[in-house]
Amino acid sequence: MIRAVLVMNTQGKPRLAKFYEFRPVEKQQEIIRNVFAVLCSRPEHVSNFVDAESIFGQDARLVYKHFATLYFVLIFDGSENELAMLDLIQVFVETLDKCFRNVCELDVVFNYSKMHTILDEIIFGGQVLETSSTEVMKAVEEISKLEAASSAINLVSKSVSSWRSR
Amino acid sequence: MAGSSSSSIMDNLFQRTLDDLIKSMRLQLLTESSFITKSIEDIRREIKSTDPQTKSTALQKLTYLSAIHGVDMSWAAFHVVEVMSSSLFSHKRIGYHAASVSFHDQTPVLLLITNQLRKDLSSTNHFHASLALHCLSTIATLDLARDLTPDLFNLLSSSRVFIRNRAIAVVLRVFDKYPDAVRVCFKRLVENLESSDPQVVTAVVGVFCELSCKDPRSYLPLAPEFYRILVDSKNNWVLIKVLKIFARLAPLEPRLGKRIVEPICEHIRRSGAKSLVFECVRTVITSLSDHESAVKLAVSKIRELLVDQDPNLRYLGLHALSVAAPKHLWAVLENKDAVVKSLDDEDSNIKIESLRLLMAMVSESNVVEISRVLLNYALKSDPEFCNEILGSILTTCGRNVYEIIVDFDWYVSLLGEMATIPHCQKGEEIENQLTDIGMRVKDARLQLVRVARDLLIDPALLGNVYLHRILCASAWVAGEYVELASNPLELIDALVQPRANLLPPSFRAVYINSVLKVLSFCLDCYINQDEGTASSYCSNFAGRHSEMSDVKKDTETPELAATCESSTYEQDEDFNPRHSTAESSDDLSVENGIDRVVTRFSKRNFTHESVVSLLNRIESIFGSLTANQDVEVLERARNILAFVQLIKADIIDNSGQNVDKKYTQVSTVIKSIRDAFSMELGPVSVSAQGRVAVPDGLVLKENLDDLKAICGDTEPPSSSSFYAGGPHFGTTLDASSSNPLKNAESGPSNESTSLLEHRKRHGLYYLASDKSETIPDDYPPANDPKSNSNEADELAKLTEQSLLLRKKTNQMKSRPVVVKLDDGDVAPIPYKRPEPRDSSLSGAIKEALLGSETHQSLSLDKSSTKRKGKKKQGTNIPSEMKENLGDAEKLDPENLNSSSKSKERRRRGKEKIVEGEESDQRGKKKSSHRHGRHKTHQRANSPLNVVSQTPVIPDFLL
Repeated sequence: MIRAVLVMNTQGKPRLAKFYEFRPVEKQQEIIRNVFAVLCSRPEHVSNFVDAESIFGQDARLVYKHFATLYFVLIFDGSENELAMLDLIQVFVETLDKCFRNVCELDVVFNYSKMHTILDEIIFGGQVLETSSTEVMKAVEEISKLEAASSAINLVSKSVSSWRSR
Repeated sequence: MAGSSSSSIMDNLFQRTLDDLIKSMRLQLLTESSFITKSIEDIRREIKSTDPQTKSTALQKLTYLSAIHGVDMSWAAFHVVEVMSSSLFSHKRIGYHAASVSFHDQTPVLLLITNQLRKDLSSTNHFHASLALHCLSTIATLDLARDLTPDLFNLLSSSRVFIRNRAIAVVLRVFDKYPDAVRVCFKRLVENLESSDPQVVTAVVGVFCELSCKDPRSYLPLAPEFYRILVDSKNNWVLIKVLKIFARLAPLEPRLGKRIVEPICEHIRRSGAKSLVFECVRTVITSLSDHESAVKLAVSKIRELLVDQDPNLRYLGLHALSVAAPKHLWAVLENKDAVVKSLDDEDSNIKIESLRLLMAMVSESNVVEISRVLLNYALKSDPEFCNEILGSILTTCGRNVYEIIVDFDWYVSLLGEMATIPHCQKGEEIENQLTDIGMRVKDARLQLVRVARDLLIDPALLGNVYLHRILCASAWVAGEYVELASNPLELIDALVQPRANLLPPSFRAVYINSVLKVLSFCLDCYINQDEGTASSYCSNFAGRHSEMSDVKKDTETPELAATCESSTYEQDEDFNPRHSTAESSDDLSVENGIDRVVTRFSKRNFTHESVVSLLNRIESIFGSLTANQDVEVLERARNILAFVQLIKADIIDNSGQNVDKKYTQVSTVIKSIRDAFSMELGPVSVSAQGRVAVPDGLVLKENLDDLKAICGDTEPPSSSSFYAGGPHFGTTLDASSSNPLKNAESGPSNESTSLLEHRKRHGLYYLASDKSETIPDDYPPANDPKSNSNEADELAKLTEQSLLLRKKTNQMKSRPVVVKLDDGDVAPIPYKRPEPRDSSLSGAIKEALLGSETHQSLSLDKSSTKRKGKKKQGTNIPSEMKENLGDAEKLDPENLNSSSKSKERRRRGKEKIVEGEESDQRGKKKSSHRHGRHKTHQRANSPLNVVSQTPVIPDFLL
């Protein structure tokens, strides 16, 4: 299964961190730092796999991909195929690209919750659920609609209720 | 009321949203940490608001800060629960997200969310249900899993695929936390394998892939379903997962392998997806390695990967090769060119994989060449990889008590070479191997002492902290086997050299102890030679070590013979007036027959002057150490000093007269000291301590917790307390080191002059320039500068010659005896895979698949109402359920046995019929089909769990 998904920029600042098994926040930050230390030491145009046993415990492997100023990192175990994980990063980034039209780091920074929505549609509890970016986009759009509708209702109801209580 | 509501409006109006938070953080008006502290203050206030909007926004910000900036949010757990229970989707989402990020098994409020989750799971809005499932997939605990299993059971057959595949994925976590859920959900899970919806199949296969990881045997009965997917599915993701499952199942059931090998090969040939092809290759080489043709096909694919442009594929190719190496070394040898070439890759992953493969190829016949090439490579690579190389050479060569080493002289020199590589950080391993070889391999000791001497005498090595352990081992070796040393005085020089004070005290102590050993040996020799027993000693010695000294003889004889003669004359004139010079030369001529012994002996021919000056020097050097801070050093230095003082006067007095009776007293002292060191040390078995009987009255298992209280009171002994003991110590302290400043001033200058002297005397400046003198010709030094330049060619040559596993035609020496203890003292025998623990989960699954005959046959045959009843009972009275589980587990083996026996009996007569029945049922409608399959599962499993009787799996596959 997939154990964690990390997105960080080339300065080592985390932009998204999702762990599929609970880890205390200090441990999470430590992992992010260690992963970054490994990634930034690797030159361009080398393989995308890193042995992550020292960082993440037994049987952990790490696949990363470098896009512009961002690293996309997946940490997983022996039940996943390395090349498939690389494809999965591609699916994720493609989806982001569709969603934000030419995604850049700023989109990732300012759309924290949407990033999670997208990720949750692709990976569920550490398992790959959907690999088609069109399907993911459909679901994400529906969720956005639902959210917008609920907050619109919310605004109205609240202003009415607060007016009444006065 | 009005006040609170208006404040909440104010809060709401002026509250920063998450976007605001991120924006202002990016403005960097404050430092990040102070900004976060301030934001947390705001959040703490806002989160208490009664307005759900304010509350949820605050929680959202907090979750963000926690995930990205590592802020603790465990304090907000209750607010999370509140926000989760909001009826608005946007709030609920924030709440659930916060819960899945911050809750864990010990979160107390988890008890409060069961009902909320249940409500959302059964919500008509499938996004609400999805949120709850998502949350459950990461935070489900035993209680949650138990209580929500019924709801999950309903969702497993939901008509909405969106929900159904999420429910399937959650099952994994639920089974893990609450194995009893298997009884309820397993059948529905299996049914989903036959779903027509590809997404559902993906999810189920994913779950089985994870489950089979822990206990593959339980899932053998499902092999037919997986086989169908393997053949029919077009989805690469599913195929990869199915292959993973088969890789675990195939080793358990040989006939399964025969069935799946063809479809897998078909995928290898047909598929264009690299990921799928690689997975097929991996499955073949890990689990189907008996199928010759498949392995060949896989290896040919690996070769394609190895020469690919993409470093990822090259890396995976090497990785696959190293998986194949233990069983199919030919595959590695076939691709050796690519492997050796990869050693030069810029990618460190690839380098390390290729190093591993090279080490896998190492055998008795090529270990020398491979090690030499690798060592050359280590010299010019970066520190990290250099140590990687050294480490793998050390482990490979040291495996199973130096199994592959034939020529220990070579190996010992190799260890010496390793130590002189600038990046070497493998001090501990080299230390262990040096001492270990010394104790185990008698024939290697001569070379060991030479190597130790070379290492000890070089002052440059003392500056490298990583080498201290090696030097410590060398010092021990030099002291322990000093009788093999060609020049003991030189060893003393090396051991007392000024830079030795760079060593940590514990290693320094070893140095000093070795000085005592060497010194006592020198004096012993001196006295024996004076007493005229030198020659007999000498011939004794020759007998013991003649074959070893052979090597040295040729190179050193002429020069040494000269020194020998001169020194003997000198000595005779000084001390042996009784013997005429003619006699002495007669002696020599007599001994010419064993000329090399003279050579050997000559080097340790001690003149009276040299001995006296040695004693003086030792006295002055160790005099300063009596003020040392470390007890070990202090004590040993004092021992030596006392010893020197005891004998010095005698030796000086006896310079000329009283030849016959001189030294009688001294020689007894020296002899007793020598005797103390004469016992040979050997390797100690790891189980040795177990053989020592525990003395009466010693309670080993007593709990020592009480000691903590006592130890807490007493202060840990500081180093100064050792000096407080006697006034004597105090005075020495005052005398020589009360003024540390002065010492520091005088220290370096003293040291540097004496260092210069040391270097001048031994012709050393930084690293020994000409090693050819000390290293015999038949073992060329590993880091020979000549071969440095073109190690690519060297590597290429290596691939041509040595990796063919050819037999070495002319073995120079037979392998010396290596002391091994009977009971397998060192046991790094090939590592064992940890046995998968037989968890309660697998027990439950076995039961669900096989033991169901006794437990579930009723509920299966009857309608699902019965099952529901059972389920309700389970949820309402968990304790009873647990009891049931306990009983079931207790009974399990019994049940299995009895059922399998009876089954076995029945099966004999029934086999054909059942087979026919099965093929019929394939075509029938679903419900009856399910029933039929269940029967066949039982049939399939019973023999597997008894002794391995005729396996039945392939029957399904016919």
